[in-house]
Amino acid sequence: MSDSHLELTGVDIEFPTPKGPFQALDDINLKVDEGEFISLIGHSGCGKSTVLNIVAGLHQATRGGVLLDGREVDQPGPERAVVFQNHSLLPWLTVYQNVELAVKKVFKGRMSRAEMRDWINHNLALVHMDHAAHKRPDEISGGMKQRVGIARALAMQPKVLLMDEPFGALDALTRAHLQDSLMEIQADLGNTVIMITHDVDEAVLLSDRIVMMTNGPAATVGEILPIDLPRPRDRLALADDPAYNHYRHEVLTFLYEKQKKVEEIAGSSAETATSQTKASGKAKERVA
Amino acid sequence: MNPNLSLKTPRAVAPFVKLARGESPRAQLDVLFRTVGLPIIGLLVFLMLWSGVAAKIDTSLGQFPGPAQVWNQAEALYVEHVTERDKAAAFYERQEERIAERLANDPDYEPRIHDYPGKPTFFDQIVTSLITVLSGFVIASILAIPLGIVIGLSSNLYSAVNPLVQIFKPVSPLAWLPLVTIVVSAVYVTDDPMFEKSFLTSMITVVLCSLWPTMINTAVGVNSISSDLLNVSKVLRLGWLTHVVKIVLPSSIPMIFTGLRLSLGIAWMVLIAAEMLAQSPGLGKFVWDEFQNGSSDSLARIMVAVLVIGLIGFFLDRGMLALQRAVSWDKTATLR
Ligand SMILES: Nc1ncnc2c1ncn2[C@@H]1O[C@H](COP(=O)(O)OP(=O)(O)OP(=O)(O)O)[C@@H](O)[C@H]1O
Ligand SMILES: [Mg+2]
Repeated sequence: MSDSHLELTGVDIEFPTPKGPFQALDDINLKVDEGEFISLIGHSGCGKSTVLNIVAGLHQATRGGVLLDGREVDQPGPERAVVFQNHSLLPWLTVYQNVELAVKKVFKGRMSRAEMRDWINHNLALVHMDHAAHKRPDEISGGMKQRVGIARALAMQPKVLLMDEPFGALDALTRAHLQDSLMEIQADLGNTVIMITHDVDEAVLLSDRIVMMTNGPAATVGEILPIDLPRPRDRLALADDPAYNHYRHEVLTFLYEKQKKVEEIAGSSAETATSQTKASGKAKERVA
Repeated sequence: MNPNLSLKTPRAVAPFVKLARGESPRAQLDVLFRTVGLPIIGLLVFLMLWSGVAAKIDTSLGQFPGPAQVWNQAEALYVEHVTERDKAAAFYERQEERIAERLANDPDYEPRIHDYPGKPTFFDQIVTSLITVLSGFVIASILAIPLGIVIGLSSNLYSAVNPLVQIFKPVSPLAWLPLVTIVVSAVYVTDDPMFEKSFLTSMITVVLCSLWPTMINTAVGVNSISSDLLNVSKVLRLGWLTHVVKIVLPSSIPMIFTGLRLSLGIAWMVLIAAEMLAQSPGLGKFVWDEFQNGSSDSLARIMVAVLVIGLIGFFLDRGMLALQRAVSWDKTATLR
């Protein structure tokens, strides 16, 4: 038994495809401490979402497994809350009701009605969405939806907060604003966070460690870069900080030199597969 | 609060209101022309074509009726209805008088009230048909929606049931009818029938034919819920019932209504055919009786029935649409 908070050991996953099994991940090993902020970075289609989904319990590893506080993860659960890439709010519920659905499920029997109401409002206030509590998702902007998604996840008081490119679809200003809010909230609450990102600055700014993944298929952890910058971090001050730029450079080197995409080889098949999943993801967004 | 409040004025009235307010008269007249003018022009052209063509068709029962004759017959049917009602009222009045008289002479007399023996009018038939179609449709929906949800939730069940549904769906009501008639007479034997057998036969036939579109569309709607929302439900570990009520039902509402509207349309068509074939009371029987009757007015009276059947079908669909608007969470969707 290990004493780490969250531990991935020898995680492999194979997806059945018409052309035989497709091995997406190969021997992923990672230990995460309580309260740590981890970023997963890697080229599109390498398997970041798959790693996150395995931790969430939405996918099952073919070999190896995930331990959370010494217990094996074998199904999804609210102690591993997920902030989905496209917010995934229920469009027929108001902002308040979306959070309420989660709170009711998690705190049923533990909180009175009034306590639940306060808790929901508290979490909406954390992401500065209390003013729009009674709007529906189609009445608020993309950034606001993403904030509600974060509030919903935080309201579950998860042991681990899993975020799949939470700010990917946002414009730069909104994104910077939400990154700052996230840093504040995490400093307050001390959540353990695993966040997928494509954005090198975002990874360096927010993380305690950056996990860089090799290209798929059979992707694995390439390097792990500890970010030893003092908190609270200020994006303006860091812009000229040599240490910050050094970390940025490390990540960029990994992505664009060591893991430069080799389109001719296996990369191309993975690429088409990803573009398909991306496209179907878009289609779903439109449906939703 | 709601900035869209002004949108609530009915679409056909809005241009008048805006015109009265003096909002860009040119554009409003344009809208008026499209929403009111064009439909009226269409109707006029249709009436002209109809009377033109009708004048050229000679049948064994005389000339095919044009709009004017049909209108006359519509009025005649109304007059018949009113006189029949008066006669019925008079009949019951006389009966009561007679009973009162006999009771005065003989206190032990147990009165028996006789029903008015007159035959149902056109309007009675409309009411019968409406009651039958709505009962059949409601029963079909009560069966089809839960079944559709259960089938849609399990892809195994879907594979098992789908072939059956595909086979039963295209079956004509006229094929079901003899079976239903015979089964109803065999199974429904009571001394004190709550429902007429003819009513049950028509209604069950309607159920059998209008079940499928709702069921299939519900199943497809349930089956195509976005996997993101399913993941939300999984992460929250929602129970089965909460999952169905909070996630599955709302997200398949649009498809359920598509199915319901198809079903109601089919139910109405099926009912008329079933009533004609089975001679059960209703608009179908009215048409059949007029056809058998073969008087010089029959064609015009059948035309009245045809138009009324069409109008009722239209209003039934509008009713479902209104219901969908009321129930749907997606107020931005354009429903037509
Ligand atoms: N259900 C599945 N069935 C088959 N293959 C899958 C499935 N899910 C993912 N894959 C494959 O696994 C690989 C990793 O996918 P994943 O979605 O984890 O990539 P990603 O790193 O999150 O990409 P992106 O950055 O574009 O989101 C891809 O090649 C993808 O095609
Ligand atoms: Mg991904």
